Formats: sequence, C-alpha cells, structure tokens
Amino acid sequence: MFIKPRFRLVREGTTIQFMRGRFLGLLTSAVLSTASVVLFFYPGLNLGIDFSGGVVMQVRTEGPANFNQIRAALAAEHIQEQGVQRFGDPNDVLIRLGAQASEAGTQQAVEHVRAALEKSVPGTRILRTDAVGASVSAELFRNGLLALGISLLMILVYIWFRFEWQFAVGAVVTLILDITKAIGFLALMRIEFDLVMVAAILTVLGYSTNDKVVVYDRVRENLRKYKTMPLRALIDLSINETLNRTLGTSMTVFLASLPLALFGGESISGFAWVMLFGIVVGTSSSIFIAAPILLLLGEHRLRRDATPAPTAKAKATPPS
Amino acid sequence: MMYFSRLKTAVILGACLLGLLLCIPNLFASPAAWLPWRTVHLGLDLRGGSYLLMEVDMKAVVRERLDSLMDGVRQALRPGSIFYQALEAQPDQNRVLLRLRDPAQADAAMAALRPLVTADGPTGARDLDLASTPDGTITLTLSQVALTARANGAVQQSIEIVRRRIDETGVVDPQIAQQGSTRLVVQLPGIEDPNRIKELLGKTAHMTFRLVDEAANPASGGPPPPGDDYLVMQDNPTQKIAVRKRVDVDGADLTDARAGSNPTTGEWVVNFTFNTVGGRRFSDITRANVNHRFAIVLDDKVISAPVIREPITGGRGQISGSFTAASANDLAVLLRAGALPAPLTVIEERSIGPELGADSIRAGAISLVFGFGLVIVFMAIFYGLFGWFANICVLVNLMLMLAVMSLLQATLTLPGMAGILLTLGMAVDANILINERIREEQKNGRPPLAALEHGFTRAYSTIFDSNATAFLAHVMLFVFGSGPVRGFAVTITVGIATSLFTAWMLTRLLVSRWYTANRPKLLPV
Repeated sequence: MFIKPRFRLVREGTTIQFMRGRFLGLLTSAVLSTASVVLFFYPGLNLGIDFSGGVVMQVRTEGPANFNQIRAALAAEHIQEQGVQRFGDPNDVLIRLGAQASEAGTQQAVEHVRAALEKSVPGTRILRTDAVGASVSAELFRNGLLALGISLLMILVYIWFRFEWQFAVGAVVTLILDITKAIGFLALMRIEFDLVMVAAILTVLGYSTNDKVVVYDRVRENLRKYKTMPLRALIDLSINETLNRTLGTSMTVFLASLPLALFGGESISGFAWVMLFGIVVGTSSSIFIAAPILLLLGEHRLRRDATPAPTAKAKATPPS
Repeated sequence: MMYFSRLKTAVILGACLLGLLLCIPNLFASPAAWLPWRTVHLGLDLRGGSYLLMEVDMKAVVRERLDSLMDGVRQALRPGSIFYQALEAQPDQNRVLLRLRDPAQADAAMAALRPLVTADGPTGARDLDLASTPDGTITLTLSQVALTARANGAVQQSIEIVRRRIDETGVVDPQIAQQGSTRLVVQLPGIEDPNRIKELLGKTAHMTFRLVDEAANPASGGPPPPGDDYLVMQDNPTQKIAVRKRVDVDGADLTDARAGSNPTTGEWVVNFTFNTVGGRRFSDITRANVNHRFAIVLDDKVISAPVIREPITGGRGQISGSFTAASANDLAVLLRAGALPAPLTVIEERSIGPELGADSIRAGAISLVFGFGLVIVFMAIFYGLFGWFANICVLVNLMLMLAVMSLLQATLTLPGMAGILLTLGMAVDANILINERIREEQKNGRPPLAALEHGFTRAYSTIFDSNATAFLAHVMLFVFGSGPVRGFAVTITVGIATSLFTAWMLTRLLVSRWYTANRPKLLPV
C-alpha cells in the first residue's frame, strides 16, 4: 500500500507554453519590485534594534498586562518609550526605547526601565533585554549588507563557471528582483527587520538559487541533446520536465516552514513568514523571470556557444 | 553506480551507526569523566543567560601610552641640555608634539629621541614615527602597527582580568573571548540580570597610593598646582582633595585583598597584602611621611586619606571608608583580580530569562515535530516507496546533523532550530530530484536497472550544483553574522553536508538493496 505514489503534482506529458507569458511575467515582476522599492522608501523598513540601536525589553506581568499602567510608570520616570505593546501572550509586553545618545546612556536606560517597573508595576518579570549601542548597530547593518552582497557575487561567479554567463546574469538579476520583493513584503507587513531577517533573506536567496540551478541545469542538458530546437521551445520543454520537482520541493519546504510560522512563537514567526513568501516568489520567478531573461539574453548566442553533444543518443525532437 | 561492495556497505552503515553513537551524549549526563562526552550547546536564547559585548576604551589606552612617551621625552632631553617650550600630547592624532627653543638643536634632539623608537613584533615595524620641521617642531606619532598591537594587548589582558573577576562571582561556565581588535564578548549562561557583573566589569579598579598635598587648597577654585590633582572623595562627591600626581605605590603590587571587619569599631574594611617590592616601598614612604596624609585612590576617586601614625613595615595594610559588607567584598574582588588596562564599555547586551528560553524550546520542538510530520506524509503520498526511502534518509540526516554538531560542540539557537527544518527541506529535495530523474529515465524506455543508474548519475550533478550555491550563501552568513544567526548558519551548512551524504550514499544503498531483493519489472516511481 506504500509502494506506488498516490498522486502526481503535474500530469505526465504536460506541455505548458510558459514562455508565452514571459512579458506578462516580467511586467508583473517589474511592477511588484517597483512597488517594493517604493515601500522601502515609504513607509520604509521597520528596523529592529539590531540595526537601529536602542533597547527592547520583554516583560511578563502577573495577569493580563495593563498597558496604560506601564506607560504611566515609564512616563513618571521620564523614560521616553517608543512603544509599549502586546507580544504574543496577553501577559507579555514589549517595551521599546529609541537609540540613546551614548553607550553609557543605553545602559542607563535599561536600568531606569527596570527600576520604574519594580517600583510601579510590582510582580513584573523581565524576560528579555536587548540593548544595542549605536556603533554596534551600524556595524551589524553593514555586515548584513556585506553578507547579502558577497553571497550574490559568489552565486554569480559560481553559476558563471558552471554554466554560461547568460545563466549567471539571468539568475542574479532574478535573485535581486526576488530580494526586492522580500524587502517590500517586510515593509508592507511591518515585520521587524533585524539580523534574523537577513538570515531569512539569505535562506530565500539560497533556496531560490537552488531552484534556478535545477531549471538551468535541464536547459543546459537539453541544449546538448536537441541541437536544432528553438531556444524558446527548449526552455519551455525544460521547465515542463522539471515542473514536478520544482513544485514538489517548493511544497516540502513550504510545509516544513508552515509550523514555524504558526507555532514558532513571536520571535521566529516573522522569519517563517518571509520564508513562505520567498518560496512562492522564488518558485515562480524561476519559471517566469529567470527563464525569460535567459531567453532574451541567449536567443542567438547560446546556440553558438553550446558544446557538441556528448552522447550519441541525441534526438531531433522532444519525446511527446 | 548501483553496486555496493561489502566494505562500502559496511562503511556507510558504520558512519550512520557512528552518528547514532555521537548523538547519545545529548540524551544523558556523562557517566564517567574519562569518556569523550561531546554535546550540542544550547544557545543563550534557549537556556537563558546574558551576552555582553564590551569595548576597550582605546582612547584611554592611547592617552596612557602618550603620557609615558612624554615622560620618556623629558628624560631623553634632560642630559643634553636641550630646551623646549611646549610639550603636549595630542591624543586625537596619536602623537606627542614639542617645540624646541633653539631650532638649531633639532638634529641633537632627534638623535636623543631616537632610542625611544623600538622595533615592534615580528614584522620589525617601528612603533613610533619621529619627524621634525625646520621651525624646531618635533612630533612623535604612534604608528598604526603599534596601536593595533597595543589594542590587542589591552584586550588580551582585559580578558584575563574579566575572567578572574567573573570567576569570583561563581557564574558557571562563563565564556570570554576576543572579537575584532578592540572588543570582547562575555557570555554568562543562566545569568538573567547581569547588573552585578556589569558593575564589577565597569570599573578599571586601578588603585594607587599617593601623598596628599596639604599646602594646596582645592576649595579656593582655580587649577591645581603643578604636580597635583584635585580628586573627589568617593563617599562625598562634592568634597575635593589635593593629591600628588606621583604614584608612590601601585595597586599592581598587591598580592591579596580580603574583606573583613575592624575588631574595635566593627566597621567593614578591606585588608590587603603587598608583594616584596610594594611592601618595601610602602614601608619607605610611610616611614618618611609620618603625620602626613596618605590617599588611597581608586579610579581617580579617593577612598580614604588617613594620616600616617607610624611606619607600616609588615607589607600589610587596611582600607577603611564607610563600606558595607557587599561593597567591601566587591572592592576586595576587584583588587585581587587586578586592574583593567583601560575602561570597558558595554556596547551590546542581550539577556534572556530561562522562562523565555523554555518557551522557545517548546515552540521550536512543536514546529519541528509538525514540520517533519507534514513532510513525511507528503513524501509518502507523492512518492510511495521511494518517498519512504527519502523519509528514512531525512531521519538519518537529522541524526547525523546532531552528531556533527555534537562533535563540533556547536551551539543550537532558536534560528538554528529553524535551520534544521529548512535542511529537512533540502534533504528531501535531493531525493525528489533523484526520484523524478529515475522516473523520467524509465519513461524514456530504459529498463529498471539502467533507469536507476542514469537517474542517480544525472541527479547528482544537479544536486551538487544546487547545494553548492546555498552552501556559499550560508558560509557568508556565518562569517558576517553574529549571535543566534550564526547558529542558524552552522546548522544549515552542517545540514547541507550531511544531506549530500545521505542522498549520495544512503538513498542509493537502500534502493540497491531493495532492487536486488525484488528485481521488479517496473520501478514504482
């Protein structure tokens, strides 16, 4: 009973002409990415304290939290908070302070909040304190960007060496479009952008590249196999051939991330939502962006560059 | 491709068994000390604790170096009767500047100052750049090499002192390490509120014994006389006292300090013992200055300034000055551990209570169980028997990941748990690629064995390419990331490596065994 597969995601011999929709795909992507860039500037990213500096304290009160009481307690001590809000559980409160003028000021601010809570809201326990000074936050931001930039560069170089340059450019342009959309998603959903989000974006990047490489790999193989097939038909064929795998992997990664988004708790669910979004974007961009770019760049060139077929079994037409 | 020699089978199964063995230490406490008991560490975000990133105040280090350089200049120029008008330290430019009265003496001055320049370290780079201008201005600039070396030295020394101070507080298993050239990371597992530690580390605890200048009057206003400092009293910040700049005995000469109580008055005091050098100097000074006041200065604050009643020759002394039991004890700890070379500032703090850590572990565990469950059901439905092969691989992969991480004694963080789930996706991906490929080969008319052969071979080139890029991205994350995010990068990179092994070896072995046992006419893919 466990021997035969029960279902297939895509039926045998599916021949969807994806490249017909290439302009629609590119256009949609361009619109979404432009909208994301706009969102990036207005309203902008909700920078977490990793990157903005400041203090975040998570406290647990006895019984449901009384936000006004906490706000009043802080105001009484002249502490300028940037937000007192519920954090998941009704007993849990997140207190946020902006970046302080100096490193010592950041440390003092933590002390003041602690003292104010002890005095005015007894029974409160501090579960978590994050205090990041200005110099560190600037550095973390720079390192985050560096990690992203160098990863992109390495992917570019790797694909360039393993494939042709058209593949590398196609992949990296698509990845940049994917990243802009992920950032737009962060800005739109007001998800806090912190180090964990950089990790999420890098993971989406890795996953999305992985997906593109699988499609490209098949295109490269088919280029050797079918020497005379037009590139457009060849790309369509390659996408159809790998469609089951593309969707299968996307679904498993999606299913693996879903519990994280639902049960992972406040601190990790943002990460998981970005992953879920990235999986959808990354999968569709392999088909609708990376492949059309390859078609545009390689229309006349890839044929000439292709090395002679290594196998004698090359057929002139695709199997039906 | 599909043939496995006995040896190869044994090696593959042996590796899996070894993995299982390496996982065991995570389940039990070590039964015997001699056993190599390596486990995965729980990150501070899961077990609770404090993370402090501290920076050495490099300005203070530079200022101190320039001060000693000025002393060197004075001593070097005195014998040759070379006179100068201004001698000043310019910490912003890392240099000491002096103006000669007679510019004609520039060459002689340069010659006299040259011995101050020493070659530093194995590169032989000079630690000072000496330059003069025709108008008789001479500058001594600290070189970049010397500054870096000094910063490194200061951090190394600070780590030692910080460790000693923390050890005194009884924190279990603290980790202190250098980060970058001027920073150190202090990790305190189980410490929810690091205030006491921060207080202990926030003092340089540089203690000096200096004579009080009884002729000067700080209350008169105006600058202190040359050779004096006006310092505040520790327990009364409004009261100032004139203390000689010259340090008679340095706290570095202390060998021990203990909190105690004065038997007659009952107040808390700190008893200290000098080493031989310190003891001799202390007795010399006290003998020469009976009935004068002697100030005990800690970090530019006067703790007390008692009058010397009689020479103190035993190399022992006592500090009194309105202490409580706790403050006397803290001072004793600080004096025992020694002074920091420069002040430390906390520039990043992350403290997590054990309660929240337990919440995170629970949330992570629930997600892991559900994630695995969903993927296993998915694979069984969509790939049947070959899906179950994949499921076995995924479970073995999880075990191997845990084994490698135990071996590396890596840290598991909450993002790291997310990483485990994502690796699960990648491990499955390899199997999906294999299954799809085998299916295609069979559809193209190959007999089962040939379909398996071709399927595996072709799938591997794709698997390798697609994992290599993800691997690169996460190595970058490890290099540039910090804290819990690094834990994420570690789990993913380890996971990619182990999933390559399970896909490359274990899946193939399982399929090969199944095939030889059943010899099916058609593969159920």
